[in-house]
Amino acid sequence: MNGIIWVQLISIIGAVIAVAFGAIGPALAEGRAIAAAMDALARQPDAANTISRTLFVGLAMIETMAIYCLVIALLLLFANPFLH
Amino acid sequence: MITSPLSSSPLFFVGPVPIASQVVVTWCIIALFAVLAHLIGHVLRLRPGRLQSVAELFYVTLDQQIRDTMQTDPQPYRAFAATLFLFVLCANLSSLVPGVEAPTAHIETDAALALIVFFSIIVFGIRSRGLMGYLKSFADPTWMMVPLNLVEALTRTFSLMLRLFGNMMSGAFVIGIVVSLAGLFVPIPFMALDILVGIIQAYIFSMLTLVFIGAAVGEEDRGSLIKEAT
Repeated sequence: MNGIIWVQLISIIGAVIAVAFGAIGPALAEGRAIAAAMDALARQPDAANTISRTLFVGLAMIETMAIYCLVIALLLLFANPFLH
Repeated sequence: MITSPLSSSPLFFVGPVPIASQVVVTWCIIALFAVLAHLIGHVLRLRPGRLQSVAELFYVTLDQQIRDTMQTDPQPYRAFAATLFLFVLCANLSSLVPGVEAPTAHIETDAALALIVFFSIIVFGIRSRGLMGYLKSFADPTWMMVPLNLVEALTRTFSLMLRLFGNMMSGAFVIGIVVSLAGLFVPIPFMALDILVGIIQAYIFSMLTLVFIGAAVGEEDRGSLIKEAT
């Protein structure tokens, strides 16, 4: 019983750390990507279609990293292999 | 109050097969599309009505998107990409109907969609390059890239599944938490954000599928088409 409580406690801490620190990298990367896209838009407003399409696809790619962290946190909280 | 987003409870049973609520929603979306497609396609007029104008606008925009992304004739990919986009869009936005949970917020629906994409990439690749040509494309720069390319083919569809699932599920999760904290008007901005995320994710899902298919179809095909066009 005592061991299970420890596993639960560490799982919750691990989920929090995964989401909190896993969001830092994508946040910085998305900021850089949007800044670069704004720069490109200001220089070449004609290419707005191509730039925004590439930006959206790129943002989705970057965001996937944060989503992976979220999925791992959810696995730890709801489908922990060490609890079942 | 908040249940695990990774599990789903059966609504009813057809023989030994449990049917969950998101499967029923999926059937409803398919039926809706069948009726709409029949309504629009049955009475095509030279002077289009309102519904036909919207359909034609969507058709032209989609063709332009495919042409921009793949640099090739959109004809073989139009039906697949449009169906995928419309289905994911409807599935994402179906959570706006009260009492309905978005099917894409459960991992099974996304896994099914990703499986369709995975096999369609192989089919389109073999159709355009031939079997040997498609297999050869895995050893593209050198033969040393074969394991990496094989892993990439699996992981990119896996990440396609996880991206859609994570985005839709986290939207529903955030709304659930906010509703449990503050009841009445507070969740509305989050729901508006959820609509935006749903539209963007549907667009990205179909766009990435087109990009992957474009990579599998390869440059030679494109080059000949561009030469024909000019």
